[in-house]
Amino acid sequence: MRRLLSSIGSRLVIAVPYLWLLFFFLVPFFIVFKISLSQPTIAMPPYQPVFGLEDGLSGLFGKLRQLSFDNYLWLLQDALYVNAYVSSVVIAAVSTLLTLLVGYPIAYGMARAPERLRPLLLMMVILPFWTSFLIRVYAWIGILKPEGLLNQFLLFLGVIDEPLIILNTTKAVYIGIVYSYLPFMVLPLYATLEKMDHSLIEAAQDLGCPPLAAFWKITFPLSFPGVVAGCMLVFIPAVGEFVIPDLLGGSRTLMIGRTLWNEFFSNRDWPVSSAVAIVLLLILVLPIVYFQRAQARAREREG
Amino acid sequence: MAGTWGRFNIASLVLGFAFLYLPIVLLIIYSFNESRLVTVWAGFSTRWYVAMLGNRGLMDAAWVTARVAFLSATVATVLGTMAAVALTRYTRFRGRLLFSGMVFAPLVMPEVITGLSLLLLFVAINFDRGFATVTIAHITFSMCFVAVVVQSRLITFDRSLEEAALDLGATPVKAFFQVTLPVILPSVVAGWMLAFTLSLDDLVIASFTSGPGATTLPMKIYSQVRLGVTPEINAVCTVLIAIVTVGVIAAALVNKRREVLRRREDMALVASA
Repeated sequence: MRRLLSSIGSRLVIAVPYLWLLFFFLVPFFIVFKISLSQPTIAMPPYQPVFGLEDGLSGLFGKLRQLSFDNYLWLLQDALYVNAYVSSVVIAAVSTLLTLLVGYPIAYGMARAPERLRPLLLMMVILPFWTSFLIRVYAWIGILKPEGLLNQFLLFLGVIDEPLIILNTTKAVYIGIVYSYLPFMVLPLYATLEKMDHSLIEAAQDLGCPPLAAFWKITFPLSFPGVVAGCMLVFIPAVGEFVIPDLLGGSRTLMIGRTLWNEFFSNRDWPVSSAVAIVLLLILVLPIVYFQRAQARAREREG
Repeated sequence: MAGTWGRFNIASLVLGFAFLYLPIVLLIIYSFNESRLVTVWAGFSTRWYVAMLGNRGLMDAAWVTARVAFLSATVATVLGTMAAVALTRYTRFRGRLLFSGMVFAPLVMPEVITGLSLLLLFVAINFDRGFATVTIAHITFSMCFVAVVVQSRLITFDRSLEEAALDLGATPVKAFFQVTLPVILPSVVAGWMLAFTLSLDDLVIASFTSGPGATTLPMKIYSQVRLGVTPEINAVCTVLIAIVTVGVIAAALVNKRREVLRRREDMALVASA
């Protein structure tokens, strides 16, 4: 009896979260795919045909025949979408690189800090991550505006004669992404740098290796798993970012997350926004799978 | 010690933290600005906090958000902890690869995709959009964050403790609640807090899955921000930042206290032995 109960228990522990994710995470993707093959209509829901088993087999085949890849052709033909995909990937890649450049010295400084200070520093990196993403992006509007605080400050210093135009340009998007995703970069970098054996560097320096060369030959390669993890954690969500380009990028910044949002909320074209989502997913599937494999391998090595 | 730390490291930390904190500090300062113009300082005032409290729409949205966040964080913590246990304890079961993929993918999935796909699911099954759908959506993505946080603790957990309890005749359920859970509790609490703040924070997924009468605070803030920066929004943001900061620091202090107490107990045990 007890064994029976315990086997039911262990099954439940697996089954409940499994079924939840299956139903609310995986199944919805199939629905998105299905709707991406249908045509928009003025109705609620605004797409047709909707196929289902209730039509019987012949009805199902009839509707399957009406499905089309028109929405995908549409995405390919319209330069707007292609440009949005390309510019999303480019903006995300550049921002990821910038985040790495800003984040690496911070993580390095933390890892080299006196041991008793490290928990405090770690907490200070995590704390902004707890405060709202939207709020942190919003805070930059007041700073980057033409009459904003940054321009006031630079004009006061006499560095510039007229306000810099940063808000509503791609530059503001870069700043927004670097700022918002910085903790995601710093944390994995710190984790690998902290574990690193510093005597390796000392040995290299004793043998006459200049500090910068020692960094490139020893520190950086050893921290590479952290670099990969940090870059993936920034790059993947940044490609589909909506809030940052919408609030900081102005109307001319083209990013696919925003295109999808507009197709859905402004144009109410559900089939095209579904197709946009599927293509975005296809672009991101490779980095996601690669990253998950890398993480699993790292875990095995530790465990 | 200062020698190995170096001037360069200190400088990069100071600059880095200035970059991280300055925008938030400025936002807080300007929430106390007398002037309606957010960027011109005109003296100290708390009038925007009074205005915020009198803003009915804002307060309603805050109440919706608080309820969604509490409910979704609680369910997500239960489901996420179960998922973490399943992934660490049962290394072999059918569909484990798919399961670990589904736990992992939402962490990096762009929010527009998650939001759109959940909305289409709710429409497909004819489920009225509103409070319940936002809560379900938040449970779905935040349970994965809980799972990752709890899993990282479970991996380092000494299983022999639990096995000892089982050998002494405890049922697996009892062993989990009396032996494992107390040890991993800090990570479960951290998972709950993370789920709570993720829900508090979410704009994109809520916008897709919400319906009439269930406008959340981020949705309200977003619609006002689009019209321009106002000190009132700064005031709302400051209150939110204060709540989260106090919560996080309190949790860290409680954790530290628990650790000190545990260490003292260990020492007492060693001394008495």
